[in-house]
Amino acid sequence: MTKNIMIVGVGGQGTLLTSRILGGVMENAGYEVKVSEVHGMAQRGGSVVTFVRYGKDVAEPIVEEGQADVLIAFERLEALRYANFLKKDGVLIVNDWRIDPISVVMGTAQYPENIIENLERTHTVYRINAMEEALRLGNSRVFNNIVLGMAAKHMEFDREDWLKVIEAKVPPKTVEINTKAFLVGYEK
Amino acid sequence: MSEKKMMLGNAALARGAWEAGVKVSSAYPGTPSTEISEELVKYPGVYAEWAPNEKVAAEVAIGASFAGVRSLACMKMVGLNVAADPVYSVSYIGADGGLVFVVADDPGLYSSQNEQDTRRVCRAAVVPCLEPADSQEAKDFMKYAYEISEKFDTPVIIRTTTRLAHSQCEVEICDRVEPEDKEYKRDPFKRVMMPGMAKKRHLVVEQRMKDMEEWACSQPFNKVEMGDMTIDGKKIGFITDGIPYQYVKEVCPNASILKLGMCNPLPRKMIEDFAKQVDVLYIFEELEPVIEEQVRAWGIDCIGKELFTIQGEYSANMIRERVLGMDLGIEPTPQIPPRPPILCPGCPHRATYSVLKKLKLHAAGDIGCYTLGALAPLAVVDTTVCMGSSISSLHGMEKAKGHDYIKNWVAVIGDSTFMHTGINSLINMYYNQSHGTVIILDNRTTGMTGHQDHPGTGKTLSGETVPAVHFPTLIKGIGIQNVKVVNPFDTEELTRVLKEETQKEELSVIIAQAPCALLKSEVHPYKVQPLPEKCVHCGACLQPGCPALTKNEDGSIRIDATMCNGCGLCMKMCRFGALEQVKA
Ligand SMILES: Cc1ncc(C[n+]2csc(CCOP(=O)(O)OP(=O)(O)O)c2C)c(N)n1
Ligand code: SF4
Ligand code: SF4
Repeated sequence: MTKNIMIVGVGGQGTLLTSRILGGVMENAGYEVKVSEVHGMAQRGGSVVTFVRYGKDVAEPIVEEGQADVLIAFERLEALRYANFLKKDGVLIVNDWRIDPISVVMGTAQYPENIIENLERTHTVYRINAMEEALRLGNSRVFNNIVLGMAAKHMEFDREDWLKVIEAKVPPKTVEINTKAFLVGYEK
Repeated sequence: MSEKKMMLGNAALARGAWEAGVKVSSAYPGTPSTEISEELVKYPGVYAEWAPNEKVAAEVAIGASFAGVRSLACMKMVGLNVAADPVYSVSYIGADGGLVFVVADDPGLYSSQNEQDTRRVCRAAVVPCLEPADSQEAKDFMKYAYEISEKFDTPVIIRTTTRLAHSQCEVEICDRVEPEDKEYKRDPFKRVMMPGMAKKRHLVVEQRMKDMEEWACSQPFNKVEMGDMTIDGKKIGFITDGIPYQYVKEVCPNASILKLGMCNPLPRKMIEDFAKQVDVLYIFEELEPVIEEQVRAWGIDCIGKELFTIQGEYSANMIRERVLGMDLGIEPTPQIPPRPPILCPGCPHRATYSVLKKLKLHAAGDIGCYTLGALAPLAVVDTTVCMGSSISSLHGMEKAKGHDYIKNWVAVIGDSTFMHTGINSLINMYYNQSHGTVIILDNRTTGMTGHQDHPGTGKTLSGETVPAVHFPTLIKGIGIQNVKVVNPFDTEELTRVLKEETQKEELSVIIAQAPCALLKSEVHPYKVQPLPEKCVHCGACLQPGCPALTKNEDGSIRIDATMCNGCGLCMKMCRFGALEQVKA
């Protein structure tokens, strides 16, 4: 059975690193893995999505509507935008954080209220304010590993599997803080 | 020993080039092709460079091929338009050392200004085209490409797409081969394209394609997978190429599939035989009906674009719905505010645009991060065609309507784009006596494609420090006297200069110089924070549209300290001193 994971967020939030850590863990577990990323224009603050698929035989590299087992969202509005990619029994991990699109900043559109509460009615949702937790660790940039930690708890791999890959994929100087960050999410 | 490694399609292409013994590579960045060069330069024994544009890159590769070594040029599909001139002619000349061009298409327009299909150009230029469907094939096909190039004495194009270029899967790593350099023998009848020679070469080119067409029917990159899938008792088959093959495999692993690894020339006999063995034939190809048109021209019945689209990326769901007739019950995407890309917090282009906006100037735009200035709230960029076009189109407007007509216009062009083709347009303005105002948005990098160096930055692809092209000297060398360098964050000065220059009866160039906010060297020691007691809720600071600033319910301002880069532009907008710089 192929499993489908999506990471969504705002360009610049580091979805690429997260997808590569996910891919690394699954590769080590002996699965065939495909990762599909977004580079280029969308990285400038646009809505971004990356896909990770693993299993015995994986053909297409993308996850399509209605097919995601796990949706990891780094921002609330993006969670809502891609919620229809989740399977009926899929799991949503959401960073309880808001980044206003420019139309909202300029007052020509409204940021939807109660996004997470509404999604909870139809989906299994785990939420965390990873940005706040990351600031508590002293580095806002590690928030994505906190979210990943929370997602990891709902996946089949062991804690050590994750830590090994994080150590290999993040810049050497940041291994300690990224490991700490991951564990904050993992142990929530 | 064989080792496997996760690789992006682009990294696999680089690996393949290296394993094939490539010695020279030249490219101009362009999503989704950029990483090929960035990866290739890491390997030993390869010279890899950034050229100022794709035409130059292609010609460098051609020169290296003349010298007898395997060479490469990489570009995005619109780059092939720029390089079309050498590519069409080198098709006649052929290849000494293997000559490969990688051209990356962008179905779905993730980062491009159009959705053109490189396979059409391959047919027009009579150049063979290979199409990998995953990273492993990307590497393998690169090696085939060099073999084909040398066997048939032809350049070869490898066509990729965004999805292939930016997807990762496992790739088997092999060693590098070191093919012997070809010896150079003068042969003007082959390498000098004058009418007399080209006439004869044209015959060779057409025969070459015929030979390849037959040969391709028995090559491993074109493969038939016979299956037993039926719909309503009818045996179905797909002809497909590149990434769409993966969607077919995802949904119909038991269908009969003819997977084309080479889409030019098409293996006619193979296709005819395959078509005979199925009852319903689908052609599943992204973008243009290139395969379909040819298959139909051979009198073979098929289903193609009447069912699938010419626009956008394909998907497995497309097959589920349109071929299998499944109702997927997919919830519609909710009606929520879209999130288009925007200029980064601290982007120097925002500073320039805030001044243009205040002065109510229109901008003839160009291609780069600064194209985003077309969108609200800045909305100062009125036109964008292709790289370099800002300057030439402003010139055209002036020649159409006179200088007064464009006194409220400027051309805006990035530093990398200026080096790419903008310089030609500026020479034209000088030569043909235009009086317009050109702003070079000089952020010291090729921002949009992920911060590559160019001739103006003083660094090469391999990280070597070299003398930088000095823009004021270059421009003055043309003969243009009126060149000003301004820091765009000095908005008062930029305002003054712009007011003056746009009214002058003289061509002027303003170099708005401040580094891209994402350059590692560019760290401000400050952040900006609001002082609520002084804020009158006027919203002036929001006007440039920095994403770090938002309005609270009560109209007061909030600055996201994790996003603010301390550029100070918002402070300049505020007349009440309600924003202050604090130590970061
Ligand atoms: C012919 C062509 N080649 C390459 C590209 C890809 N591309 C888009 S913008 C850009 C360069 C932008 O750099 P610059 O002009 O310095 O502006 P910045 O993004 O730094 O603001 C490139 C290479 C393209 N669109 N067209
Ligand atoms: S990458 Fe640089 S040039 Fe592009 S929007 Fe960001 S700051 Fe501006
Ligand atoms: S100083 Fe103001 S304009 Fe500049 S990045 Fe910070 S919030 Fe944005």
